[in-house]
Amino acid sequence: MPAPIRLRELIRTIRTARTQAEEREMIQKECAAIRSSFREEDNTYRCRNVAKLLYMHMLGYPAHFGQLECLKLIASQKFTDKRIGYLGAMLLLDERQDVHLLMTNCIKNDLNHSTQYVQGLALCTLGCMGSSEMCRDLAGEVEKLLKTSNSYLRKKAALCAVHVIRKVPELMEMFLPATKNLLSEKNHGVLHTSVVLLTEMCERSPDMLSHFRKNEKLVPQLVRILKNLIMSGYSPEHDVSGISDPFLQVRILRLLRILGKGDDDSSEAMNDILAQVATNTETSKNVGNAILYETVLTIMDIKSESGLRVLAINILGRFLLNNDKNIRYVALTSLLKTVQTDHNAVQRHRSTIVDCLKDLDVSIKRRAMELSFALVNGNNIRGMMKELLYFLDSCDPDFKADCASGIFLAAEKYAPSKRWHIDTIMRVLTTAGSYVRDDSVPNLIQLITNSVEMHAYTVQRLYKALLDDISQQPLVQVASWCIGEYGDLLVSGQCEEEEPIQVSEDEVLDVLEGLLVSNLSTPVTRGYSLTAIMKLSTRFSSLNRIKKVVSIYGSSIDVELQQRAVEYNALFKKYDHMRPALLERMPIMEKTATNGPSETVQTNGETDSTILDTKHLPSISQPASQANDLLDLLGGNDVVPIIQTTVPTKPASAGGELLDLLGDLSLTGGPTPTPASSVPMSQPPFLLDGLTSQPLFNDIAAVIPPMTAYNKNGLIIEFTFERSNPNPNIAVITIHATNSTEADMTEFVFQAAVPKTFQLQLLSPSSNVVPAFNQGSVTQVIRVLNPQKQQLRMRIKLTYTHKGSPVQDLAEVNNFPPQSWQ
Amino acid sequence: MIKAILIFNNHGKPRMSKFYEHYTEDTEQQIIRETFHLVSKRDENVCNFLEGGLLIGGSENKLIYRHYATLYFVFCVDSSESELGILDLIQVFVETLDKCFENVCELDLIFHLDKVHNILAEMVMGGMVLETNMSEIITQVEAQGKMEKSETLTLLFICQSMRQSQASRFSSKIS
Repeated sequence: MPAPIRLRELIRTIRTARTQAEEREMIQKECAAIRSSFREEDNTYRCRNVAKLLYMHMLGYPAHFGQLECLKLIASQKFTDKRIGYLGAMLLLDERQDVHLLMTNCIKNDLNHSTQYVQGLALCTLGCMGSSEMCRDLAGEVEKLLKTSNSYLRKKAALCAVHVIRKVPELMEMFLPATKNLLSEKNHGVLHTSVVLLTEMCERSPDMLSHFRKNEKLVPQLVRILKNLIMSGYSPEHDVSGISDPFLQVRILRLLRILGKGDDDSSEAMNDILAQVATNTETSKNVGNAILYETVLTIMDIKSESGLRVLAINILGRFLLNNDKNIRYVALTSLLKTVQTDHNAVQRHRSTIVDCLKDLDVSIKRRAMELSFALVNGNNIRGMMKELLYFLDSCDPDFKADCASGIFLAAEKYAPSKRWHIDTIMRVLTTAGSYVRDDSVPNLIQLITNSVEMHAYTVQRLYKALLDDISQQPLVQVASWCIGEYGDLLVSGQCEEEEPIQVSEDEVLDVLEGLLVSNLSTPVTRGYSLTAIMKLSTRFSSLNRIKKVVSIYGSSIDVELQQRAVEYNALFKKYDHMRPALLERMPIMEKTATNGPSETVQTNGETDSTILDTKHLPSISQPASQANDLLDLLGGNDVVPIIQTTVPTKPASAGGELLDLLGDLSLTGGPTPTPASSVPMSQPPFLLDGLTSQPLFNDIAAVIPPMTAYNKNGLIIEFTFERSNPNPNIAVITIHATNSTEADMTEFVFQAAVPKTFQLQLLSPSSNVVPAFNQGSVTQVIRVLNPQKQQLRMRIKLTYTHKGSPVQDLAEVNNFPPQSWQ
Repeated sequence: MIKAILIFNNHGKPRMSKFYEHYTEDTEQQIIRETFHLVSKRDENVCNFLEGGLLIGGSENKLIYRHYATLYFVFCVDSSESELGILDLIQVFVETLDKCFENVCELDLIFHLDKVHNILAEMVMGGMVLETNMSEIITQVEAQGKMEKSETLTLLFICQSMRQSQASRFSSKIS
């Protein structure tokens, strides 16, 4: 059998391969040769073969058959063999293979070898891939070596101990006595690794941490070493670009950070040295900056005095102006961490941070963007938004989604005026419309609905944007929804905020039909525009055109569109009397608790809760803080609006005259009919209780007797009461309507109104047919807020169809039991 | 902690790979490819820090790299290491290689993979920095190299003497 080729030959051969297949062939041939050589148990060439195997392993070819050979090499007496064997063990073996346990004995022997290099090899391997069983067996040996005077071995033993502690945390105490005089070493290598060992111990166990703080007086020792490093003159062996052993300095600073965190005494002891390092370190090279960076992080983490903190942030600010990209990157990262605690200090560097948005480097831009969002507050919102919008225009597509959602969030929190808010949203939609997240379309629609006075302005601007560009789907969707809702405002040309434009109904319908046929529109968008056209049928007068469009799509291939069109067609034909009611203005939508895009900015505990709180409040110009204030703000409208959560089937009152209805409402709770109307008013915050998953009926039954509210013509309405938790001011009333006549009462609608000091919420009824002969009942839930604990009074209006003829009735309910409103 | 140290050339061919956490062989190769993909896209004058790829731990781990001529030196570290410090460490590593190989170039790394591993073993152990003093490292590496050389010389001597004794026996048989 010829001698196996040397590693060098193999490498040379492989490099001549021109294709991957050729290389694979060569490697397979060589593998076969190696395998047969292994089988021959040839000691002389084993190490060569294993070396070749490791090379092939690096290239990605399987090499597991060499594992046992590595073990044999480790057991050999020769240093060369041992070296390759240990290297092979580190590369090929790990704790998942059972074979590795066979190494334990070899390592144990080698740890006690006479040659320090062999001991070093053993320590190295144990430290890299030792499993927990191996570590347990060999921890004693490692501890012994930790106390030796040989610095070469001592430093390796220290790092090996770190690995042992990581694998078997219970053994930490074992190494404690050995650490006592580790720091008095002169050798920097040992110092360095000892600091690593101490860091690991302090991080793992708070007991160790306090032990080191108090008993060992670790902090003064470290301060002393650091001082020596800084003060000592030029020492050639440890010098890196003019600074003495920066690696050790950085490590010590890190350990100081851990020791000083949350502890006043330690922090005080290190204040001086930190200030000294911060001011004396030269910043022209990367090493100096590395030390300064570490110092800044330490200052921010410990309980340092404020002067020191300001110094730290100023250093970070100086970093931001540095030409080196790396420095700017680390500065931005650290500022992001500190912006929560030292907000004002970071604000001072806001302009520099905003400049970083224009940097070419992607990592820097991302960090600058996150930091900018963290710095936005009520004062600088206008300026920052300008910069951020400009950034949105010019940034990479990866950023646009995050940036858009960040802008929406910031705008929601700090918008100085509604018009500005809507303008900003429009701007985002027109520039980055296709990157906006899917859930922001409903959020925007909700926002627009809530800002009542801006409807005309909004719809006008959206219409103009649509004329320009119909490719950005979220924009198109929001625009078509708004045109559908507020098309009448658009056509009537009334807009206080801006120059009104003259738009005719036909033009609007042209645009919407254009959306339907355009290739750029997704099916969702088409659905939006079809519905919008349908809604316009109650707001515009050109019914024929709309009917035609709708009927065309009745045979569309898209099932969704087809279904919609067919249903709308049916509306035109058979249910024309219901059409206005169905298509009238949408009520205010409540904001759900968890909406909005995920935060791209790091927020600590405090800011999280404030963000959630502001999300609950709809963005209206009046701060809706207290329910009472809200009631005052509602002003002249004495009848408190009832918010219904579903679109009820209402008697035929034209939807377009909704605004007129509001005028019809009488000012006092007189006997004139007050139809329940869904009025777009803002929701007082307390009603949001109902939106969270709280049960409406709590288990603590308030013992309030039920009462009969109405009893006429065979229709009996009973009220039952519960108290709602957690707000004791809310009374939850369930009405039960039963019918003792011989005919069903169909299209049954129950409406209620309460005096000004109350607030009412009506939930959807169980059905609208009250079966005859008391066979069943219709139930509906009413929630009444009674903050002033006044006597509850209610006026109810009932409409139903009985034996083919419609019936309407009004009644006052005054006999509420006292417990229901006390 | 350093999770992995990778050296590959401008075309993505691995020249040295050392992982301090366990991954399967396939995953290791995939990591090398993914890292190359991420790092090669970078421009020359951007910063040397990157978020780690998905395979190697995602955004908790950072890739700190330096590009020297035809080689990329990439250290994948977690948040406990100082980024600027690792940059300096890469510099020290390359300078050490330079001293050991005398004007190191890619070919040196290709043909002396085991030596590169040995030098690295003196600097980083178990994912933690062991020694950063260049002269110290070089001293140790040279001493161990001497040990190896003395052994191979002994081996050669033994082989030679064996062959000689065989030859003499043969010749004695003939004669």
